[in-house]
Amino acid sequence: MTNTDRTLQDVFARTKQQNRAALIPYVTAGHPHLQDLGALVAALNEGGADIVEIGIPFSDPLADGPVLQKAATDALASGTKIRDILAATEKITRNSVPVVYLTYINPVYHFGLKEFIHAAAQSGVKGIIIPDLPWQESQEVFAYTQEEGVSLIPLVAPTSTDAHIASLQAVTGFIYGVSLTGVTGVRQDVDHGVGAMVARIKQFTSQPVAIGFGISTPEHAREVGRVADGVIVGSALVRIVDEAQDKAPQAAYEFVASLRAALNP
Amino acid sequence: MAVMNNVPDGQGRFGSFGGRYVPETLMPVLDELTLAYDQAKQDASFAAELAALLKDYVGRPTPLRRADRLSARVGFDVYLKREDLNHTGAHKINNTMGQILLARRMGKTRIIAETGAGQHGVATATAAALFGLSAQVYMGEEDVKRQALNVYRMQLLGAEVIPVHSGSRTLKDATNEAIRDWVTNVRSTFYVIGSVVGPHPYPMMVRDFQSVIGNEARRQFQDVTGGLPTHIVAPVGGGSNSMGIFYAFRNDPVALVGVEAGGEGVETGKHAATITVGMKGILHGSLSYLLQDEDGQIIPAHSISAGLDYPGVGPEHAYFHDTKRAEYHAITDTEALAAFHELSLLEGIIPALESAHAVAWVVKEQERLRSQHARVLINLSGRGDKDVDAVREYEEGTH
Repeated sequence: MTNTDRTLQDVFARTKQQNRAALIPYVTAGHPHLQDLGALVAALNEGGADIVEIGIPFSDPLADGPVLQKAATDALASGTKIRDILAATEKITRNSVPVVYLTYINPVYHFGLKEFIHAAAQSGVKGIIIPDLPWQESQEVFAYTQEEGVSLIPLVAPTSTDAHIASLQAVTGFIYGVSLTGVTGVRQDVDHGVGAMVARIKQFTSQPVAIGFGISTPEHAREVGRVADGVIVGSALVRIVDEAQDKAPQAAYEFVASLRAALNP
Repeated sequence: MAVMNNVPDGQGRFGSFGGRYVPETLMPVLDELTLAYDQAKQDASFAAELAALLKDYVGRPTPLRRADRLSARVGFDVYLKREDLNHTGAHKINNTMGQILLARRMGKTRIIAETGAGQHGVATATAAALFGLSAQVYMGEEDVKRQALNVYRMQLLGAEVIPVHSGSRTLKDATNEAIRDWVTNVRSTFYVIGSVVGPHPYPMMVRDFQSVIGNEARRQFQDVTGGLPTHIVAPVGGGSNSMGIFYAFRNDPVALVGVEAGGEGVETGKHAATITVGMKGILHGSLSYLLQDEDGQIIPAHSISAGLDYPGVGPEHAYFHDTKRAEYHAITDTEALAAFHELSLLEGIIPALESAHAVAWVVKEQERLRSQHARVLINLSGRGDKDVDAVREYEEGTH
């Protein structure tokens, strides 16, 4: 553990002071094995992550490309259950930079909206991202996250209206900017529109903006880190985890460290 | 009898069901689509263009006629609404014509669709060919195998069929993949959804386009009999043909009966009887009933009929179920197969396996219906040509 950030706000205050973007790597819980999640998150911490995103796998992840689809399918096939993820997370968050969950609305709805947000808060996570729960539909979930003191992290896409961005005033934590129109995945280049999108979001809100989708290399991270407050890396990392299997923590550490080096001023 | 509330509301809610659960990327285009559809509804030229196409191209109105030998067999009046006689062989084209006209109005040049049995894919490819639009149809790998003839039909019509290898490789996965395509190509692409499912405004819009079935049937039934049916019976997968015939009768004293696919039996877990099982959940953009496990993971559906093989159901059906406006029952593969033969032999009509589920329920409930002096209207949603090979293989035990 390399710092003492207690909240998502602390993270962005510190990285701003350090004149760099926050690094937010993503791993899918249960991929390759749930019992390795602790070691994997420790490796991300060691590599220089500022926030860690843990994906709770869903059978029908319609915002995800092939890499994260496969990770979810494998995790579910090996019997990964939500209550086991919550239990594993509780141990992990005691010794980690802030952790946020990413999952889809149906597992949350089925668990019980209020019950899930409560359980997530108890497990020590600081925020929740639900890509198929658009802000317009999120009033009830948002109310529960406020009661529990965790952040519901909204998404802004290249197609988003100004009215949507302007409606995000009550947000805590950060805004998740989707770099492109599309699903998650490994890509060759960063979308040209990222800088303009961050600038547009900043016209309406002072919240930190972290950019995700398609950021695959240290060069991408450096490019996005110049304009955004945070850089989210999912598929590229999960592919490395997938290929390394039992050696996943070491491989993840090396990749995250290379991303972090690219972000340092 | 109480008049049904006008649903959905401005947020696309049918009571607590429906809504819009999609990535933020799609929210603006759903607003745009809602607006374009509202404007089209106000525009008499849109209705006139659609009505002319339905008449001269699709072949509407479809006939409604008493099934005499079936009626004699069960001991009460049974009438059939013949959606199987539409161009392309099913009700699906009522909806694709409407949506393609809307896509043209919106200036979208690329069409995508999902398909299970292939009927919606064929209907989309047909409408796209008619207007010279490019169409790509997502279809689960399993269904590509099961419905090879429909794959070739789509290709003949100039559409590209994209096999989907993820998940259970059936309709739900094809729908996921179509949504992923739409998120990626949102600015150029119109997504033609095939049932009363998806995010608002689709459940409402598809219902409206399919309600031509019930509007015709209500008039025809009164012309033929001087009154209304006591029961309307229709198969329910996603629920577009059933909502299409139910909707015009929603404020009439008529029992509305949706027949779900019971597969190998609801107790076996291998079925598609979404409402019969009755667990709420969110899939493909709306809150409705859903087949899912204890963690909210979607359970693949099973039915001999590829068109009913879907783990969700339209949110308005969920609302009709909750408000008790309609009742929903399950019919097994075996019962549907028996009805497939019975209608063929008695009426000279080979029904789609989907429609055979509705016939099977009427046959199964004949004693009760007879004592009620029922006058039953069945929505014969499609013809069975597409199913002939599958039925033969199944019965020869080679399936």
